[in-house]
Amino acid sequence: MTFIMSIMLPFIIILFLLLLVLGVVSYTHLENVFGIFIPYLALAIFLMGFLYRILSWAKSPVPFRITTVCGQEKSLDWIKANRLESPFTTLDVIKRLALEVLLFRSLFRNTNTELNEGPKLIHWSAKWLWLAGLTFHWSFFIILTRHLRFFTEPVPFAIQFIDKLDNLFEIGVPALYLTDALIVAAITHLFLRRVLVPKIRYVSLPADYFPLFLLFCIIGSGMFMRHIYKVDLIKVKELALSLISFRPALPEGIGVLFYVHLFFVCLLIAYFPFSKLMHLGGVFLSPTRNLANNNRSKRHINPWNYPVKVHTYEEYEDEFREKMKAAEIPVDKE
Amino acid sequence: MSELDGVPKPEELLKIDYQPPRKGWMDTPVNFKPGTYNYPAASKNHKILELPFPREWSPMEEDWKLPENWKEIVVNGIAERLSKYRSFKVFMDICVRCGACADKCHFFLGSGDPKNMPVLRAELLRSIYRKEFTAAGKVLGKLAGGRELTPTVIKEWFYYFYQCTECRRCSVFCPYGIDTAEITMIGRELLYLLGLGINWALEPAAKCFMTGNHLGVYPHTLKDTLEFFADDIEDITGVRVEIPLNKKGADILFVTPSGDYFADPGTFTCMGYLILFHELGLNYTWSTYASEGGNFGLFTSHEMIKRLNAKIYAEAKRLGVKWILGGECGHMWRVIHQYMDTMNGPADFLQEPVSPITGTKFENAKSTKMVHIMEFTADLIKHNKLKLDPSRNDKLKVTFHDSCNPARAMGIFEEPRYVIRNVCKEFYDMPENTIKEKTFCCAGGAGLGNDENMEMRLRGGLPRGNAVKYVQEKHGVNRLACMCAIDRATLVPLCDYWAPGVQVTGIHEMVANALVLKGEKERETDLRGEPLKELEE
Ligand code: HEM
Ligand code: SF4
Ligand code: SF4
Repeated sequence: MTFIMSIMLPFIIILFLLLLVLGVVSYTHLENVFGIFIPYLALAIFLMGFLYRILSWAKSPVPFRITTVCGQEKSLDWIKANRLESPFTTLDVIKRLALEVLLFRSLFRNTNTELNEGPKLIHWSAKWLWLAGLTFHWSFFIILTRHLRFFTEPVPFAIQFIDKLDNLFEIGVPALYLTDALIVAAITHLFLRRVLVPKIRYVSLPADYFPLFLLFCIIGSGMFMRHIYKVDLIKVKELALSLISFRPALPEGIGVLFYVHLFFVCLLIAYFPFSKLMHLGGVFLSPTRNLANNNRSKRHINPWNYPVKVHTYEEYEDEFREKMKAAEIPVDKE
Repeated sequence: MSELDGVPKPEELLKIDYQPPRKGWMDTPVNFKPGTYNYPAASKNHKILELPFPREWSPMEEDWKLPENWKEIVVNGIAERLSKYRSFKVFMDICVRCGACADKCHFFLGSGDPKNMPVLRAELLRSIYRKEFTAAGKVLGKLAGGRELTPTVIKEWFYYFYQCTECRRCSVFCPYGIDTAEITMIGRELLYLLGLGINWALEPAAKCFMTGNHLGVYPHTLKDTLEFFADDIEDITGVRVEIPLNKKGADILFVTPSGDYFADPGTFTCMGYLILFHELGLNYTWSTYASEGGNFGLFTSHEMIKRLNAKIYAEAKRLGVKWILGGECGHMWRVIHQYMDTMNGPADFLQEPVSPITGTKFENAKSTKMVHIMEFTADLIKHNKLKLDPSRNDKLKVTFHDSCNPARAMGIFEEPRYVIRNVCKEFYDMPENTIKEKTFCCAGGAGLGNDENMEMRLRGGLPRGNAVKYVQEKHGVNRLACMCAIDRATLVPLCDYWAPGVQVTGIHEMVANALVLKGEKERETDLRGEPLKELEE
């Protein structure tokens, strides 16, 4: 798999889909398909696929408690244990996972190693990936939450508040959301490092570029709709409310760009369960992170533990009895 | 320095190119270069352990004499393990190829070979998983990151799963905790299904199975060896220590890796244990049957871990001890801490460990009932139970290597440091990104510590060696302390190569040097028989 192929294949697929949806919505009257049928379908695929994946992971047992310990163990009273990096109780584990999920704790440790003259191997602290990753995910999350304003009437205060906050700087009309700017910067960073850092480029698959392109399209079409080629938001909300109340009704003339946006969102959620994006679920099920480091104080049970062939003491003594006796090592049978 | 014969000079090794090749990794076949791979396991060892398809074969030959239905065996083997290990299943699915782990592996840093990036090491297997077990992979093949399972893939696995020391450093940095060591372990199991193993791991396993220890030391030889240490100790300290062996009714069973009583400098640490236990008047025993704490099963298969580990509890039960004390070892402690109780427990025939000297209850070991000697000794020092004269270690300027397994499987960081600080005056930690949970491997663990693989070991040893050199230049460090038997063997050539002048020591060697014994004579030499003070030039 060459770099060109890895990046071009998803690019062409996305481009094709873009033209497809633009063409179809502009020249036919299949808005129903794109506005109602596909969203429901995508949602169904997402829910079922997500559940299926989680269940199939959960079906495999955790035979051993293989915590990756990143801090001082709890041992003697007078040695201060690091309960976040070496969790001892379930509560500690929850805290560790929370730190991992909300703040990307492990990524924060990242270093970048350089071999200099000397030789000197220097391990620089490298926080850019952490920053870009965290910015992308949090922006994504906030943007998602903001979208709930289309699905609720009246809009709950919390959502209004987030919207306000995100709009704090009131740059331009309509104002540029802070998270929109951040997510563009962050995802550009993630994309550029994938393309420019040779190591990352080398390991990247089409499946790594595809979600990035998809997200670019979603974000791009979304911002385009808001700032340049405006669509009728009242009608969008009408559609959203009708969809969520399971009485779908399609208002006329929302604008083709909206369908592009919606289609790519549907694509993302339908693709989600079958892709690496499932790291959303996987991080909670990762045995190195979601288990306590209390192995010696609390026995872990392996459900498929089975008897194995061992070399027993009796067999051992039978073999070595004479030698042991000659050396005056105690034996069980004289 | 015979071990280093035939290895290129450091200047040569340092010409490392971190730039990946133009050609994609799937199209780059593996190249077995002498000095960078391990010899296959002799068929006799397969036979002793009753493993499938014993045969003589060579990685350098085209034909590996794979069993006829090898493909089916591998695919079924993967399927079985996907259903048994959530770790494996989740790790196959969720990697985002963010590359955070890429430059965390010592083998990548020392070789520049992109397939030594943990993410690619895992992809070697993941690509087969995709092709055989995911819909997209089945239909789209390469486009979905899948690839055909061919004998070339098996060769690649053999090469790269034995260029991983299962150190788990990558797992510390991965945002989802993906543990490439876990994937390596499964990968090695799959290779064993085809009768492919390495001798440096399987021979010790076979010997351990039969004689109780990796080195195949017979019971009477073990006794002779320990008696011989007692003679040396008497010469140096004037005190005769006893050697309790297979003693029924002892309170404590002591288990340590056989490396400790087999070769320098581990032997000095072994003498250290004997001296300490004597001074405490501990009612303990060694066992000739459980004469191995280490477990090369860990480098073979999960089943083999259990088969070799079973001796420890069985022997504790037979001898009727109260609890078990474990010596200075690395991978042994991964097994004791994370596998033993689950595999061979519950140890309900033992008692919750209590130090007979201080009365301290080792609550953290109340189920497994096995205490790490560093926990034990740190507790003794804290309670002022040892009379220590650190000035006897004055010629030492010490740094400490956190062995991968006690670090990332247990988190035992402060206990050894506390002990070291109490037995010597000058202690300097290496840079922060190279110690504790971020410690760099000795590059000779997991069965790779053999001579035929020396170039790869030294390459992988670069990050550790470089950090040692740093404190050597900055603080004049001349001793690298560690609490691992594999380290005591592998760090020696590593230091000779990357930080010449630094010697390797176990911690209880230093403890015993500092320990003032009742009735001892004036000490003139340390346990190595060398003068206590550096002779002034
Ligand atoms: C619990 C929730 C989640 C956590 C903890 C999480 C965590 C992470 C982390 C740590 C990374 C690696 C750093 C990076 O490349 O940014 C990552 C990558 C990524 N995540 Fe998430 N994520 C979550 C949910 C999501 C969701 C809902 C999406 C939906 C689109 C998503 C999309 C991505 C993408 C596309 C990447 C790869 C970026 C690249 O190509 O470099 N993640 N995630
Ligand atoms: S750090 Fe984890 S997610 Fe990132 S490439 Fe490595 S294994 Fe994959
Ligand atoms: S476990 Fe250690 S040796 Fe193996 S890939 Fe990870 S960092 Fe490298």
